[in-house]
Amino acid sequence: MVDKSYYEKADQVIAEYGAKPSSLIPIIQDIQAEYRYLPPELLTYVAEKIGITEAKAYSVATFYENFSFEPKGKYVIKVCDGTACHVRKSTAILERLYAELGVTKEKPTTEDMLFTLETVSCLGACGLAPVLTVNDKVYPAMTPDAASALIKELREM
Amino acid sequence: MKYITINNRKVPFEDEKNLLSVIRKAGIDLPTFCYHSELSTYGACRMCVVEDDRGRVFASCSETPRDGMVIYTNTPKLQHHRKLILELLLASHCRDCTTCRENGVCTLQKLARQLGVDDVRFQNTKEQLPKDTSSNCIVIDPNKCILCGDCVRTCEEIQGVGVLNFAHRGSNMRVTPAFGKPMSETDCVGCGQCRVVCPTGAITIKSNVHAVWDLVYDKTKRVVVQIAPAVRVAIGDKFGIP
Repeated sequence: MVDKSYYEKADQVIAEYGAKPSSLIPIIQDIQAEYRYLPPELLTYVAEKIGITEAKAYSVATFYENFSFEPKGKYVIKVCDGTACHVRKSTAILERLYAELGVTKEKPTTEDMLFTLETVSCLGACGLAPVLTVNDKVYPAMTPDAASALIKELREM
Repeated sequence: MKYITINNRKVPFEDEKNLLSVIRKAGIDLPTFCYHSELSTYGACRMCVVEDDRGRVFASCSETPRDGMVIYTNTPKLQHHRKLILELLLASHCRDCTTCRENGVCTLQKLARQLGVDDVRFQNTKEQLPKDTSSNCIVIDPNKCILCGDCVRTCEEIQGVGVLNFAHRGSNMRVTPAFGKPMSETDCVGCGQCRVVCPTGAITIKSNVHAVWDLVYDKTKRVVVQIAPAVRVAIGDKFGIP
């Protein structure tokens, strides 16, 4: 169960976009921005408030890779594996990060809730390939060593 | 009067909501999985594809009938397309027909035979998922689902319950209650309408026949038979009695 304050926050967000079915995505985006994940209880709550079924809301939330029902780490690292980044060896960076952080594709968040590692299909910065982002800050022309250094730096912050 | 030329035959139409209804009204058998006239049009199964006089192929369920249209429903191109679509549907479908409850009455099986799909060249690479037998009445076998969405729309649009919906995306897509909950933990009322529209054995009614036999032969039990009204309705249906 999530805290009562979560429902109050959800009410606030719903009021902002209007309690109608078409507001579903902006509402759950804002909730996810607030808590770094989408608490399942809140998805059910929002669905009821805006007049759609829970199954429908779940359908939408699982369609988009962006929504996560698991709490994410403090730093969300998105490694681009689009065509340009892939040919400039993003896979090596990704493998290094998986090893360094001890995470897997199925369990992308570290135990200490500091890092979440995700892949994305394109960040629209192909000229800077291979690229990764940490909480939406772009790090261009990465190498496995630069990625390791970045992790070290973030850990010490 | 407005006309559509279907297979070189002039067919009049009025305000049919789609081309498929006009075709069926003309007495042409165009089988589908995902189209039910009382539900919204989903256009998923692509079995209702037709070809026009310029060789364009499109789904007749999602096309508004227009005066002067010229279409064909059974050209070699269409036969090829339908057969391939069905082969692809069968590729990720559990094909243990002999032990399936729907064996013999399955729409998917019937169409596969009708269209002459006698070989499936593609491997089933889909992850095999467990059956949901948690409900007292509805059994869901996700490995037999062809994602036509009939159950989803019936549950939501006709019954107004909306327990089932699609989840995930692409090849991971499946029909499930919210959060993958077992059916017994949902608001399912057990009306069984999803079973009625399901064209495969993905949704079946739980059988209690063996349990009943055990009770019938239990010497310590006095057996009283009561027939539910639904049985009379079903028998009446079979004989065309309303």
